[in-house]
Amino acid sequence: MVTGTVVQIHTPIGDEILALEAGDRVELSGIVYTARDEAHLRMQKEGIPFDPKGAVIYHCGPVIKDKTIVAAGPTTSARMNTLSGFLFDQGARALIGKGGMGSTVKEQLRGRGVYFAFTGGCAALAASHMTLKGVHFPDLGMAEAVWVIELDRLPLVVGIDSAGNDLFSAVQENAKKIFCREQKTECV
Amino acid sequence: MQCREPEDLRVALADATCRAMRDAVITLPPDVKRAIEKATAAETSAVAWGEYGNIAQNILAAERLRVPLCQDTGIPVVYLTLPPSVSCSQALFEAVADGIRRATEEIPLRPNVVDPLTRHNSGDNTGAGMPAIHVRPGDRFTVTVLPKGAGAENVSRVVMLLPSQKEKIEEVVVETMLIAGGRPCPPVVLGVGIGGTFDGVTALAKEALLQPIDQMTAFEKQLCDAVNRLGIGPMGLGGSTTALAVKVKTAACHTASLPVAVNVQCWANRHATVEVKW
Repeated sequence: MVTGTVVQIHTPIGDEILALEAGDRVELSGIVYTARDEAHLRMQKEGIPFDPKGAVIYHCGPVIKDKTIVAAGPTTSARMNTLSGFLFDQGARALIGKGGMGSTVKEQLRGRGVYFAFTGGCAALAASHMTLKGVHFPDLGMAEAVWVIELDRLPLVVGIDSAGNDLFSAVQENAKKIFCREQKTECV
Repeated sequence: MQCREPEDLRVALADATCRAMRDAVITLPPDVKRAIEKATAAETSAVAWGEYGNIAQNILAAERLRVPLCQDTGIPVVYLTLPPSVSCSQALFEAVADGIRRATEEIPLRPNVVDPLTRHNSGDNTGAGMPAIHVRPGDRFTVTVLPKGAGAENVSRVVMLLPSQKEKIEEVVVETMLIAGGRPCPPVVLGVGIGGTFDGVTALAKEALLQPIDQMTAFEKQLCDAVNRLGIGPMGLGGSTTALAVKVKTAACHTASLPVAVNVQCWANRHATVEVKW
């Protein structure tokens, strides 16, 4: 990681994603698709309603009013830990979310793509980098529908890279060591 | 003295609820902003600085654009204080629900309230037992809203310790944050309830979040320092502040019990109080 540099990435994403390393700062532009729990389940059943090649999935349930994005920060990605594999199998190259994901997703990303972290709670900032382009599965409701959003340089950090480096799990393993030492509890 | 009709009260309380919700979801309380600024100044990790940079820009963007800070505008938790001149009635509950429906439409809020089993969304942030309304006596007629996001609420915990396990309270608090990791949008505020009953202790933990977070007792500071030594940092990406504050609220309990609850709150510790004038 070179401190201070920001890598510009555009969707659809190709092999340039493989050069990114955990901790790199990125500004992402182009189309992304929101999906939370219900949308993942629907896509598994009925198919992906957009071209998944090089696609980026954003874990987000936005606030939309009058066809405009009012607020659109990330939701907790870990809820999608067991729901995401089919997306990579069909060509998706990146996820955006908050809080990190489990080791299954880390392995699914290996050699294929990355997990971008966007700052949780920063929905007004996110909306100021976005234009609404469309919607799939509107019957799932505002929070769970698949919204098609065009990004203009959304500031992200690479949380998990395609080589298996994971900022979140490194922090978490360290936290566990400290907990076991300080609270003198039996840790596995 | 002017004769006041029950209908006036309903309108006034609905107005106040809607206004409190608007304040809460757009503007952070000053003590919370100060705590975030302090955490930013103390941070040494480059990745964490990036997160604080986004948070600072987001707080400004929400205020400038008059839009919610976070798209998870939460589940509506409401506290009413009633002076002796206002009696507790069903009309008060209906007025608060009116205010939440209006806030959902006007601000807007994301419709988050669903049936727990069918998952049917009411579309207006009300439902059976929602908004959650807590009534208590007071000197002034006020409505306080605490819109609570799910990322942090989902990692909250209640533990029934034994009376001999007082020293384990810190372990419960720190372990809650260890399990939560980056999921609740740290740096968090932890509301800790101690005592009371199984159900009551969780209410204490949530009420603790309403206290000013830029002052802590020695015990609260001890818990906060222990959480911060985990190094989870903003968004779980590592850093020196994992909890902006720990706030404790206690109640008397059974001699054979020691209930402990930890209500985790994201960095956007949103709440607002409005006086009801009628």
